[in-house]
Amino acid sequence: MTAHVPEQTVRTTCPYCGVGCGVLATPDGQGGATVAGDPEHPANLGRLCSKGSALGETLSLENRLLHPQVDGVRQSWESALGTVAGGLRKVAEQHGPDAIAFYLSGQLLTEDYYVANKLAKGFIGTPHVDTNSRLCMSSAVAAHRRAFGSDTVPGCYEDLDEADLIVLTGSNTAWCHPILFRRMVDARAKRGTKLVVIDPRRTQTGEEADLFLGLKPGSDTALFSGLLVHLADTNMLAARFAADPTAGFEAALARARLIVPDRAAVARLTGLTDAEIGAFYDLFARTERVVTAFSMGVNQSAQGTDKGNAIINCHLATGRIGRPGMGPFSLTGQPNAMGGREVGGLANMLAAHMHFAPEEVDRVRRFWNAPNIITGEGMKAVALFEAIQRGKIKALWVMGTNPIVSMPRADLIKAAIAKLDLYVVSEVVADSDTARATGRRTVLLPALAWGEKDGTVTNSERRISRQRRFLKAPGEARPDWVALADVGRRLGHGHAFGFTSTAAVFRQHASLSAFENNGTRDFDLGGLADLSDAAYEANAPVQWPLPKRGGIRPRLFADGRFYTFDGRARFVAVQAPALAQAVSAERPLVLNTGRVRDHWHTMTRTGKSQRLSAHRAVPFVEVHPDDAARFGLTDGAIAAVSTEHGSAELEVMVSAGVAPGSLFMPMHWSDATASKARVGALARGVPDPVSGQPELKATPATLAPVAYRARGYLLSREPVASPPDWWWARAAVAGGWGLLFATQDGSREIAMLMRGLFQGCELAEYADHARGRYRCAVYDGSRLVACLAYAPGEARPDWEAAKALFALDVPETPERRALLSGRAATAMGPVVCACHGVGLDVINAAIAAGAHSVEAVGAACKAGTNCGSCIPEIRKLLPDALARSAA
Amino acid sequence: MVTLRMDPAGAPAALRESIPRERLVVVGNGMASLRFLERLTEGAPGRYDVTCIGAEPVAAYNRVLLSSLLGGEVDEAACAFRGLDWYASHGIRLITGAPVTAIDRTSGLAIVGESHVLPFDRLVLAVGSTPIRLPKPGMDLAGVITFRDLADVAAIRKAAVEHARAVVIGGGLLGLEAAVGLARLGIDTTLLHVMDRLMERQLDHEAAGLVKRAMEARGVKVLLKADTAAVEGTDKVERLILADGTVLPADLVVMSVGVRPSVALAQAAGLATGRGIVVDDRMATSDPRIFALGECAEHRGQIYGLVEPAYEQADTLARHLAGEEARYQGTALATSLKVSGLPVFSAGIVDTPEDAEAIVLRDHGAGLYRKLLVTEGRLIGAVFVGDIGEQAWCKSLIRTGEPVAEHIEDIMFGRPAPRPLAA
Repeated sequence: MTAHVPEQTVRTTCPYCGVGCGVLATPDGQGGATVAGDPEHPANLGRLCSKGSALGETLSLENRLLHPQVDGVRQSWESALGTVAGGLRKVAEQHGPDAIAFYLSGQLLTEDYYVANKLAKGFIGTPHVDTNSRLCMSSAVAAHRRAFGSDTVPGCYEDLDEADLIVLTGSNTAWCHPILFRRMVDARAKRGTKLVVIDPRRTQTGEEADLFLGLKPGSDTALFSGLLVHLADTNMLAARFAADPTAGFEAALARARLIVPDRAAVARLTGLTDAEIGAFYDLFARTERVVTAFSMGVNQSAQGTDKGNAIINCHLATGRIGRPGMGPFSLTGQPNAMGGREVGGLANMLAAHMHFAPEEVDRVRRFWNAPNIITGEGMKAVALFEAIQRGKIKALWVMGTNPIVSMPRADLIKAAIAKLDLYVVSEVVADSDTARATGRRTVLLPALAWGEKDGTVTNSERRISRQRRFLKAPGEARPDWVALADVGRRLGHGHAFGFTSTAAVFRQHASLSAFENNGTRDFDLGGLADLSDAAYEANAPVQWPLPKRGGIRPRLFADGRFYTFDGRARFVAVQAPALAQAVSAERPLVLNTGRVRDHWHTMTRTGKSQRLSAHRAVPFVEVHPDDAARFGLTDGAIAAVSTEHGSAELEVMVSAGVAPGSLFMPMHWSDATASKARVGALARGVPDPVSGQPELKATPATLAPVAYRARGYLLSREPVASPPDWWWARAAVAGGWGLLFATQDGSREIAMLMRGLFQGCELAEYADHARGRYRCAVYDGSRLVACLAYAPGEARPDWEAAKALFALDVPETPERRALLSGRAATAMGPVVCACHGVGLDVINAAIAAGAHSVEAVGAACKAGTNCGSCIPEIRKLLPDALARSAA
Repeated sequence: MVTLRMDPAGAPAALRESIPRERLVVVGNGMASLRFLERLTEGAPGRYDVTCIGAEPVAAYNRVLLSSLLGGEVDEAACAFRGLDWYASHGIRLITGAPVTAIDRTSGLAIVGESHVLPFDRLVLAVGSTPIRLPKPGMDLAGVITFRDLADVAAIRKAAVEHARAVVIGGGLLGLEAAVGLARLGIDTTLLHVMDRLMERQLDHEAAGLVKRAMEARGVKVLLKADTAAVEGTDKVERLILADGTVLPADLVVMSVGVRPSVALAQAAGLATGRGIVVDDRMATSDPRIFALGECAEHRGQIYGLVEPAYEQADTLARHLAGEEARYQGTALATSLKVSGLPVFSAGIVDTPEDAEAIVLRDHGAGLYRKLLVTEGRLIGAVFVGDIGEQAWCKSLIRTGEPVAEHIEDIMFGRPAPRPLAA
């Protein structure tokens, strides 16, 4: 466990998903760093996924926001913060403090979150503080609170190692939480843990399942209601909770029976076969150690809270909670969604897991000495942005998130922002869609990125870890909490915002959690409230609750004590499943959304890595073969996906993984990375009535082919802006940037365009204008600076060979020729393993050469030997390749 | 083996050994001549009593390497083809350094000055061509040298002393070769060409531009549209004057403005001549006993200045004289050669006509250029610089006129290597 760690190496935490892996970062002294998994961090024990492994490739200062700006003009911090404070004061005076809103992010550190929440709710006096976590796990929060009386994840990651059955529902864990998935797969190898995957889409996680249940979109509640009935009918109930008259079990069970009177009803509602349902129920019933892990497929739903409670009901009913290897487990999406929940940075919370009971409001008011403490909930994200549209909100401060891409009906939001009197964006990058939007007065504040900022984050298992600084702050970027505290002081609240260090902020946060707690609130960091600066600096990852007295509790609720007023758990009678919006003849398809393996959110970080951009380079829509035939689409063609709210143009990926009648599109592309691919523009986002989390997984949609005259790609050392009217997507490639495009322009126009773009350089060309084919390579002296290929029709351009050649700075004659021929001797095929950069052809060759298992493939070409998130894809290749070689 | 077959002279082949062998006299011992002798001795060994007379003092050598010899890349030995022993062992009487001065057709005699009178039954004229000297003042000054044979190379090398400045006149292949050879010797060399591009008969503007770039990369200054008005000097050349008045100091002027087929001997003998010695498809002149081949021959109105057609003609004639049916159909108008190491190929039409599609591959930095001209789906012309793979395919496509639409990229980039099959 005591691996040698170089002196300058810093222990920090990965900034991507909620797994919260420990990272060893070793700065190279030139603004970069090498990155490795921290073997001593309990979340990952040294492993990193493809995204985490590539963190070192995302540290460049390209496209960074380095100086404050007001209305596009560089200003000093003094002037910019003066504008912010003055603007906020004016709005508060003219329209009241609740015309001010904050939209925060699960990317913020706990300390930044804490100061933002304190400023808004205690001193400015606006309740309208919400966060992108609303889009992520607020339904899980609501379900926890309904069932447990607190937002408590009952278990810990070790439960995944110790379970005999893991049910994954609404979670593509293999791609989205790869390190946890490795733990599950390890458990399977070690103790025979069974994996059940419940998802309308057969994802890579589904491919790995022992039992895959491809249910109808939105029907999870029916499946889990049926499970509750099955558990009751087969006497699998644990007396402790189910027999508690105050817990509401009878009502919940009665509702479940109403929803699914019999097994046939389950089959009808879910679309699953009786055999599939029976297999799942039997497995669940007879396996004591069962973890049900859920994620966005459950949460991002207009019935997300009920879905969560339908799951929790089954665990409470069987008493499988808070004990080793069992429990419901919400896998959070963001690195610090949990930290945001802890400080109370959501509109339906006050602070430190306290809400709006009068004594709670009073307690926080006294602790903060806050004159303007709010007394009730604010508007949640969807409502908040609607209020901007209606003119109710006049000032908005966005921190560390990209709502113009990620919010549902994002086109409306873009228009609404233009109406704001004051629009403040604290950002790392200058070119995100949100940073490029403008209000009547727009202030951009440069924030610190991962590696520069310093503070704490909390992962999905309640573990607080340090994100540490190992790079110096670039330009004039500052910690967000410093900017917030400065505005607090300017608004006349110097006494409350006199923090001198990050550690001081953390101590206050920890003290508030322990303030008059006495075991009444789950969230208690009393044990850390007096942490010295040095101890804060050195702090190892710890799980809460961590009261001043009392030991660490990795699991809660096994003792039957909850945080409801009476200390008892609650079963919830859930609503019958129904999609918020029904399909119609006009929009007969259900649009699902989600992640790809190697990108994160809106790609502002992962988009810088060529390794991560190789797996999926363009925004796409997965279409079932039957639907592709029905709508006249072929694999690789471009299709318009339209909903009531907007449309996107995406490359068609024909896949039997999506069910007939369903579409899937990724959430990552924005106006900065593609012409028309923002997922947010398409979704209606009907909010869950309890959590306010919008439905992002089931929007009625239709599909149509879009004909372009030609397709192609342009690789360049610096990003090149696409001409208007082109379809395009930008991706990082080795040595520069790739623009994949489709256009109505002719090859002669392209040739002219290239001459215009690269004046003073020499163009090597292949031009067959009569057949509409054109390729060129641009040289500055002998240095390759760009290359382009253009070909007519629907065919998807294959750029693998060109990408490999473009990695060369000064290509020799054979490579120069290959750039123009589009042929290469050493193409490796599309990348499968992002960590080691291994392509499909290489893996197939390894299999053909005798590697007949995932392990053997790994030994032969390294594919799948780091994070393992490509192992499902490799496994899928094995039978194909073996069948081919047998043929 | 006894096969009764009529040979061209009318005697049954089986009787050949019983009668005196026909006397075959070959006038000229250049590359065409040697190729003819090689093929003839392979196809009909011992059939003829052969005498070969060369005007140069040495036996046939590789004229193509003259510029390399000039540049010092190869030595004279590397230019040699066949040693004297080869001629001897094949029963060929070789006379060198002795030009044939007259042909007496009536008596069947080839006359070599005052030293030899050679009776012949058959005569082959492979007398080549002579370099043209511009009809301008000063062309007879010392230091004005043509570039045609080993003697010229020796003369140029002698003149190319340190700090000498050389001007080469003529932007055809040989002029380019001479200029590069001189530059390689470290001589300050300027190449003059009267046209607006080099090798204008073989190359389009872009290809010519690449060749020019290659010349410049080898240290040769190139002046286009440079019309020589005069060469001046007191005892020897001192400067060259262009029509526009430009004065180029010069210690050496190499004249390479083209060649003229050597027809004087044939004319004097009363053979039909045009620009060259007129021959039919069997390479026979107007006298059926007398043949001509190589640069001196005019076949179907065409004179070829390149090795490849000369070799084809030599092959044809050798087969004919061996008693086989052989006809020379002309060589497709293709040029395939190396301009001082830079491969160049052209075939068919060179400049893009209005009604043709041009498909172009260009990478000037890599010295690469390919143009295909297509009308109605058929290849009508091709120009390659830098890499002349697929040239044979192009020539065949131009000749046959088969549709090329499907083959364009393969012609441009080569046929893809067959993909290895998965095990």
